[in-house]
Amino acid sequence: MYAQEVKTPSSRLRSRSDMCEQECAFQDKLDAGTKIEPKDWMPDAYRKTLVRQISQHAHSEIVGQLPEGNWITRAPTLERKAILLAKVQDEAGHGLYLYCAAETLGVSRDDMTADLLSGRAKYSSIFNYPTLTWADVGAIGWLVDGAAIMNQVPLQRCSYGPYARAMVRVCKEESFHQRQGFDIMRVLANGTEAQRAMAQDALDRWWWPSLMMFGPPDDASVHSAQSMAWGIKQDSNDELRQKFVDQTVPQSDFLGLKIPDPDLIWNDDEQHYDFGAIDWHEFYDVIAGNGPCNAERLGARCNAWSEGAWYREGLKAHSDKQRLDRKAA
Amino acid sequence: MSGASSSASPWPLWEVFIRGQAGISHRHVGSLHAADAETALCNARDVYTRRGEGVSIWVVPSAAILATDPDDHDQLFDAAQSKIYRHPSFFEVPEEIGHM
Ligand SMILES: [Fe+2]
Ligand SMILES: [Fe+2]
Repeated sequence: MYAQEVKTPSSRLRSRSDMCEQECAFQDKLDAGTKIEPKDWMPDAYRKTLVRQISQHAHSEIVGQLPEGNWITRAPTLERKAILLAKVQDEAGHGLYLYCAAETLGVSRDDMTADLLSGRAKYSSIFNYPTLTWADVGAIGWLVDGAAIMNQVPLQRCSYGPYARAMVRVCKEESFHQRQGFDIMRVLANGTEAQRAMAQDALDRWWWPSLMMFGPPDDASVHSAQSMAWGIKQDSNDELRQKFVDQTVPQSDFLGLKIPDPDLIWNDDEQHYDFGAIDWHEFYDVIAGNGPCNAERLGARCNAWSEGAWYREGLKAHSDKQRLDRKAA
Repeated sequence: MSGASSSASPWPLWEVFIRGQAGISHRHVGSLHAADAETALCNARDVYTRRGEGVSIWVVPSAAILATDPDDHDQLFDAAQSKIYRHPSFFEVPEEIGHM
């Protein structure tokens, strides 16, 4: 998802016999549904896994501003422009809520930023695809934010209090994102032949990468079991992916667009849509840094950081001076 | 590119409290980094009140907050558990008396 490759320190689920007394008490707390707060004792591995997951999630929100930001100056109307600006600003806010949640675990903001800029930290594969037309802004809101909602709603019940609370805030804001995207698609789908074609082309390009957002298939997700025992993850990747497909196909039908999957078919026995094989090779390739826009996205973040240095330093100098002035007075 | 961790000293962390509407108390909503208190207030407005979530904001340096230690939980809070007579429901009010 926004954190697709969260490794727990061990790929084996810890059993009660592996745990010390303190750890057993911790697991009891989780099993009883008690939230963990920053100053509470927690196993090192729980802390590390959360830091990885929350910081990956935060980085995704921040990098996720770039594909859509690309269209702010070229939005077709002033209203669309204002809406897109508000949407992208929300994503910046999501990044900030999440960085703060991660910081309660003892990592510094600057270290997380350094990890993103150096390429050590991951962010969601989805943001390494280009936004070629205005319809891509519609497809991102509809599909990418739609997939994000599917993943973030259960995270509101995550065992770590600050992460769960950040998710409540994020989820409140997300449904506007999905609706504005669907609205763009609806207008295009009911527009001229060229506009319809543009909407279809965007769906064609964003469909499969959106399904990949849910992360590797369950049989390849060796770290999921431990994350579930810790209450960091509630549903499996494949379960959420299936839910997303079942929710989205009727919406696509409503738009009169065609999902680019010849194997997509309603399965009456299972009461869900069967869908075709996902190209996991592409997914791992994008994660490894070889997607169409990886270099561009990271380059944009690095530029923003170094070109903003004078401003950050200026604010710091100003506050230092004010402190001195106050002392002198 | 200058590395992120090379910044001389990071901006301090501020805890943000927001009054949702007149008549209710400020509530903790999260935290943020800013060089000074004035900028922290401006940033808090942008980060935490984009949809009219507040009519008043407090920012407090995180370092200024002293908190209880979770290890002292029992010692601090268990004593209250046995004093259930502090709740009015502890006492029976005869039916004839009605509301009291
Ligand atoms: Fe978001
Ligand atoms: Fe969003």
